[in-house]
Amino acid sequence: MDISPYFFYAFAGLAIAAALFVVLKENPVSSAFSLVLVFFAFAGIYALMNAHLIAVIQIFVYAGAIMVLFVFVIMLLNADVPSFDMARSHIAVKILSVVLGIVLMGMFIHVFQQNQTPVSHGAFTPEAIEAAGGNTKVLSELMFSEYILPFELTSVLLLAAIVGAVAIAKRAKPKGAH
Amino acid sequence: MEPVMQVEPWVVLSFCAAIFFIGLIGVMVRRNILVIMMCIELMLNAVNLTFVVFSRQLNHLGGQMSVFFVITVAAAESAVGLGLVIAMYRTLRSIDTDEIQLLRE
Repeated sequence: MDISPYFFYAFAGLAIAAALFVVLKENPVSSAFSLVLVFFAFAGIYALMNAHLIAVIQIFVYAGAIMVLFVFVIMLLNADVPSFDMARSHIAVKILSVVLGIVLMGMFIHVFQQNQTPVSHGAFTPEAIEAAGGNTKVLSELMFSEYILPFELTSVLLLAAIVGAVAIAKRAKPKGAH
Repeated sequence: MEPVMQVEPWVVLSFCAAIFFIGLIGVMVRRNILVIMMCIELMLNAVNLTFVVFSRQLNHLGGQMSVFFVITVAAAESAVGLGLVIAMYRTLRSIDTDEIQLLRE
C-alpha cells in the first residue's frame, strides 16, 4: 500500500503503546485518556488510507461522544481511584490469557503474511474515487443508495439504545410511590 | 522523484491483530468493568481498521460502509453498557466484576 511508512509507524507505535497503557494503568481515568490517544492514532491511520470520512467520524463519535460518556460515568461513580484489580486476579489467569493472546496473534500474523490479499480490480480505485468527487462524496452516495436499508435500520437501533439506556439506568421506583 | 516507500498490507493487518489481542487480554485480566468496556472498544477499533485495509485492497467501499455501521453499533453498545454499569453500581456499590456473586449468597 502506498502510504507513508514514517507516519504509519509513528501512529501504529503510538496506538500500541497507548493500548498497553489502557490495559496496564491502575486508574480508570488514565485508561480513558490513553484510549483517547488510541482513537486519535487510528484516525490518523484512516486519514493515511484516504478514508477521510471514517477518520472524521472516528474523532467525532469515538474520541468525542463515547469518551465523554466514559469520563462522565467515571466521575459519576467516583471511580477515579486506582483499582488494584490486576494484582488480585489469579496468576494462572494472567499467564494463560497472555500466552493465549500471543499464540493467537502469532497465528493471525502468520496467516496474513503467507496469504496475499487478492488484488481485485473493483470499481472504486483511488483514481475513480478522486474523479467522482472524493471519498466523502462517493461514500455518501453509496450510503443513500445501495446501503439505504441498513442505514435506516441504524436509526431504529439508536432509538432502541436510547430507550434501553434510560430504562436501565433509571432508578427503580418503590411500589406505590409517585 | 524518489521511489515511493510501501507499507505491506500484512504489516497493517498484523498491527490490527496486535491491538485486538491487547484488548482481548485486557478483557480477561482486568476486573474493573469500566476498563473492560474500554478494552471492548479497543477490539472494535482493531476490526474497523481491518475493514478499511481490505476495503482499500479490494477497491470496494463496502468495507468503509461497514465501519460506519460498526461505529454506530459501538456507540449504542457503550450507551447501554454504561447504563448497566450504573445499575450495577447502584445494586452492589462497586464496579468490580468480582463482586457479582449474588447467586452465591
